[in-house]
Amino acid sequence: MLQIIKLTVNGKPCEIAVDRRWSLAEALRQALGLTSVKKGCEVGECGACTVLVDGKAVDSCLYLALWAEGKSVVTVEGLKSGDNDLHPIQKAFIEECAVQCGFCTPGLIMSAVEIVGEGRVYSRDELRKLLSGHLCRCTGYENILNAVERAVREING
Amino acid sequence: MAYPDIIGKSVPRVDARDKVTGAAKYTADLCPANALVARVLHSTVAHGLVRAVDISEAEKVPGVEKIVTCFDVPDIGFPTAGHPWSTEISHQDIGDRRLLNRHVRYIGDDVAAVVAVDEVAAARALRLIRVEYEELPAYTDVSSALAPDALPLHEEVSDSNIVKQHIYEAGDLDAVRSRADLRHFRHTYRTQPAQHCHIESATSFAWMEGGKICVVCSTQIPHIMRRVIGQALGLPWGSIRVIKPYIGGGFGNKQDVLYEPLNAYLSYIMGGACVRLEISREEVFTSTRQRHAEELDYQAWVDDKGRLMGRDVLVLAQNGAYASHGHAICANSSTVLRDIYNDELATRTEAKTVYTNTGTAGAMRGYGIPQACFAAECMMDDIALELGMDPIEIRKLNMMRPGFVDPGTGIACNSYGLADCIEKGRELSRWDEKRARYAKPQSGNIRRGIGMGIFTYKTGVYPISLETASARLVLNEDGTAQLQLGATEIGQGGDTVFCQMAAAASGLDFERIHIVSFQDTDTAPFDTGAYASRQTYVTGKAIKKCGELFRQKLTERAAARFHRPAEELTVAGDRIADRSGATVVTLADLAEDAFYALDGSEHITAEVTSHCTDNTFAFGCCFAEVEVDLALGRVKVLDLINVHDSGTLINPALAAAQVEGGMSMGLGYALSEEMLYNGEGRLLNGTLLDYKLPTALDVPDLKAEFVVTDDPTGPFGNKALGEPPAIPVAPAIRNAVLQATGVAFNELPLEPKRLVAAFSERGLI
Repeated sequence: MLQIIKLTVNGKPCEIAVDRRWSLAEALRQALGLTSVKKGCEVGECGACTVLVDGKAVDSCLYLALWAEGKSVVTVEGLKSGDNDLHPIQKAFIEECAVQCGFCTPGLIMSAVEIVGEGRVYSRDELRKLLSGHLCRCTGYENILNAVERAVREING
Repeated sequence: MAYPDIIGKSVPRVDARDKVTGAAKYTADLCPANALVARVLHSTVAHGLVRAVDISEAEKVPGVEKIVTCFDVPDIGFPTAGHPWSTEISHQDIGDRRLLNRHVRYIGDDVAAVVAVDEVAAARALRLIRVEYEELPAYTDVSSALAPDALPLHEEVSDSNIVKQHIYEAGDLDAVRSRADLRHFRHTYRTQPAQHCHIESATSFAWMEGGKICVVCSTQIPHIMRRVIGQALGLPWGSIRVIKPYIGGGFGNKQDVLYEPLNAYLSYIMGGACVRLEISREEVFTSTRQRHAEELDYQAWVDDKGRLMGRDVLVLAQNGAYASHGHAICANSSTVLRDIYNDELATRTEAKTVYTNTGTAGAMRGYGIPQACFAAECMMDDIALELGMDPIEIRKLNMMRPGFVDPGTGIACNSYGLADCIEKGRELSRWDEKRARYAKPQSGNIRRGIGMGIFTYKTGVYPISLETASARLVLNEDGTAQLQLGATEIGQGGDTVFCQMAAAASGLDFERIHIVSFQDTDTAPFDTGAYASRQTYVTGKAIKKCGELFRQKLTERAAARFHRPAEELTVAGDRIADRSGATVVTLADLAEDAFYALDGSEHITAEVTSHCTDNTFAFGCCFAEVEVDLALGRVKVLDLINVHDSGTLINPALAAAQVEGGMSMGLGYALSEEMLYNGEGRLLNGTLLDYKLPTALDVPDLKAEFVVTDDPTGPFGNKALGEPPAIPVAPAIRNAVLQATGVAFNELPLEPKRLVAAFSERGLI
């Protein structure tokens, strides 16, 4: 059964019809075409579907679409500024070679946005812990850590 | 040799921007919203015959469109390996699969499929299908499958459960055995089944259009996929169209044909309606492919100086329920033993690939070499320990040297950086100092050690199989060009280095080369795809040839239009220049004229096939420093360094990134990853939570280093890189644990339960 929910997605207010059983990941992909929200396991193990809900990083596969009523959701599609400039975290991911197959990338970037949003600098070990909910099989995390470390330093350092 | 500047330049990935903005499209992102949904019903018994399938209740579920069972599908056996097809019947892959199977051979085998309007209806219908099995004895390990009275899993392939076996012999091993002056070593090394864990599932959707079945799928091998779907459905290969978008990792699992033929069939019987078949993560674990568990019964005879006089190694590979890559992987395990080390007098290897009632093993990053390397490198340290030698010195005494030619394949050591890799690793790891420090008696709960391991890896599959690749460059009206390949970007950075190579060969600026990343087998030139660390080498040769032809065509056009001798002209980035460097015409003007000249238009393209009859050895090593907590059985890796000789590096930053990813995979293989089966053949940990691949917390800072050589057979001096980094890590860590604790672990992974048991047994805790 479909139900209408109102929420803000990537800064724009929207009203979408969702199946009550849908996860937020399904709603973002199917109702809004936000395909950066990747499905890697659909049970909260891999972190590929991570989006921000009111500024907090959540596994959108474990978050019912209905719960997003009235909330603000951000995906990587919403990170570019008005003049199409990339977010510093996106730039850092490119420049630090933190992208390989790219499937875990959007989710990791959203967690990095949350981390950067805390307004402080983190040690590498702290970053390892903060990113440990994301599985990546291509990179060994080395360049992802480098990218997030760099973005944190540039923005909050 | 001097290569153009773009070779060896760490340009950013051409696909990075799309991947950080969400613009990059993967299979599921392209599927129409109204596609029908297919789900597969899997066998609940490890071995049996399906007597009946009752779909009467399932069919009543609202939204169910179609249910097919193993009794409905064509009785056509087809192969699934991502190998080039062989025109010789004796070399063709084993076709032991059906779209759905009446004789089920593992828990997770495919019995029926439901097509429904949505996931919920499909899932409900699956639960209502009743299957009646006649159970047969299940052989869930190699020894039970090889028992004399064991029923053959595939009678049409073999009257035993041996998929294939072979023996290699050189020299007089009996003479070696009888020599009393030699030290004899014999150990059995075991490696575990492991899985790729690409973060994108295996997924596809299919529909019919223009009389063809079109299949969009997450694969490393679009052209092979097209052929196998045709074979499986009994349709002409040209009536299949495979489209490969970006893929979320493959690591060999997607070098196999998985559920795509079934997906194509389901669309076909639905009259061409679009059907999506996206298997769950749990199904990826249970029902796709895995790395072979292998057991190596390894004997070595050594003189008192540590020189290998002879070896006799039996390699047993657990292949699971279906042939997949057949004997190729186990054979590779045995072959590398004679490549990486040389025996003074005699070598014997025997390799057997065995069917079992467990999940099917196939290609996984390293193709049999991680298993063999684990055994070979453990044995080297076990011998060194007994003889009181330094592990590096014993390796140097026995390892491959320049000029080596494999006696079976004829593959030659064309460039050699192995010794330099070891020296570099020795220095960076401070081996001499640490090895000496940790050799001193240690006490207490925390022990430290340092270990290392080496490897060699071939580049592509010649001469075992065909190596061929093609490439096409197409001029645009603005003087830029499209590069089209059948070779695939699977996350490794292929597209970026392909553009670099095309720029180097054609003379165009790198920025002027636009790669067509997606393969559509209707339009992409032929290539067998991403495997065997072959593409920069084999496809690279095609790109080089194509770029040179493109350059020639551009200069000939300019010569004709400007009445200059073609041999005086060349392509220089964005223009045609003469020998003095002066601009003859910009590429933009040349292209516009070529397209629209009223007195002679010409659409300039270059397309070539490169038939590759070369192969070459890449090398490398890993150095690992560990700290072992005896009571917890926990290994903490303090320092991890890989040093690689992959020839010339096309893009050093991307090469390092590849190495880091491989090191992490090797680390998981060493310490935590294992597919656990119970005695009935049921997988116990088939989720990303229970299967322990490394997280960011589990990986130390990774150090990826290179020794650059210039391989004369590589298109730009380059050789294999993609798979090798995963190979030497596990034995290096094992050997470090050996130094730290004195305990030789001969079985992977080195997980706490195993370590605590061994430490207790030795009285260490």
